[in-house]
Amino acid sequence: MNHKYRQLFFSTLYLSAFTFGGGYVIITLLKQKFVDKLHWIDDDEMLDYVAIAQSSPGPIAVNGAIVVGYKLGGFPGILAAVAGAIIPPFVILTMISFFYDAFKDSFAIQALLKGMKSGVCAVILSVVFDMTSGIVQSHDFILCIVMVLAFIANYFLHTNVIFIILAVAVFGVIRTLLTERKGASK
Amino acid sequence: MIYLKLFLAFLQIGAFSFGGGYAAMPLIQAQTVELYHWLTLSDFTDLVTIAEMTPGPIAINAATFVGNQVAGIPGAVIATLGVVLPSCLFVTILAILYTRYRKLSLMQGVLKSLRPAVVAMILAAGLSILLPAVFPLGTLRSVDWLALLLFLGAFLLLRWKKWNPILIMVGCGVVELIVELIH
Repeated sequence: MNHKYRQLFFSTLYLSAFTFGGGYVIITLLKQKFVDKLHWIDDDEMLDYVAIAQSSPGPIAVNGAIVVGYKLGGFPGILAAVAGAIIPPFVILTMISFFYDAFKDSFAIQALLKGMKSGVCAVILSVVFDMTSGIVQSHDFILCIVMVLAFIANYFLHTNVIFIILAVAVFGVIRTLLTERKGASK
Repeated sequence: MIYLKLFLAFLQIGAFSFGGGYAAMPLIQAQTVELYHWLTLSDFTDLVTIAEMTPGPIAINAATFVGNQVAGIPGAVIATLGVVLPSCLFVTILAILYTRYRKLSLMQGVLKSLRPAVVAMILAAGLSILLPAVFPLGTLRSVDWLALLLFLGAFLLLRWKKWNPILIMVGCGVVELIVELIH
């Protein structure tokens, strides 16, 4: 039992310490750890957790830690995962608020962070590649259209993420009800 | 009561920022600069720079930074607790509902439709980091070859060699540093 909480705490701690580039990166890394490596959560379930983390208020990384923590260890799991996710930025920002001037002008730190950005993008797009091929292989044409429309709305039209999630959720309700009615009338 | 003010200000930031980091920024500005004058506008700009240069969500970075500036480490702890409390309540309730009802066909239908939308938004987030890094001026001619090569190399190592992603990210940073040192 203790092993599970320790694993949760140190996983989110470790991932949070290296999450440059926002919440999507930590969610990607959580997936790699708990789905691909440990096999504690399955693929579809993880995508649902991403949807929950994303459609809720607050930092996506913290929300992701909460859903994974709850799934694996209930309420104590949430505490372990959230503590792990918060401690690294808390410690780093506390130190930086003391030494900010030197940090801002450091050539080496600037260069390291600039290079790391390319690596972060590669990690994100690699996971997108896996997820997209999963959806395309489902041979559900409508899901592919949803994906394209959501991308256009988000990337080109800058529609608020919560509106996209709500609209797609409503669409999902209607589609499920229609399919069930069709199934019942047969 | 400074601790109470800090707690309530960051509670609101946590409760109303939907959609991750950039959505939180205007809320942080409204509470810390305009309402309470804990930061000047230039302090706030510095804070955004720090948040971009360090790991972790901007809302937590902001809570820790502002809390430290205004009321020392106890202030930082209280502001950080305030900013994550709404998440803890809201997401926990959703997680419980999900675990209880995920087998219902309606819930499954909704989640099935949501999955492709989530993938699309992750792609959009990835592109919004990648494109400015590879084309710093926004034109095709302004291409940063080093950033492009690092991205392609990292992508190939991830896909074919299945290297550890964190190792790859740190490796990209080290290569960039070495190249800039040589130049």
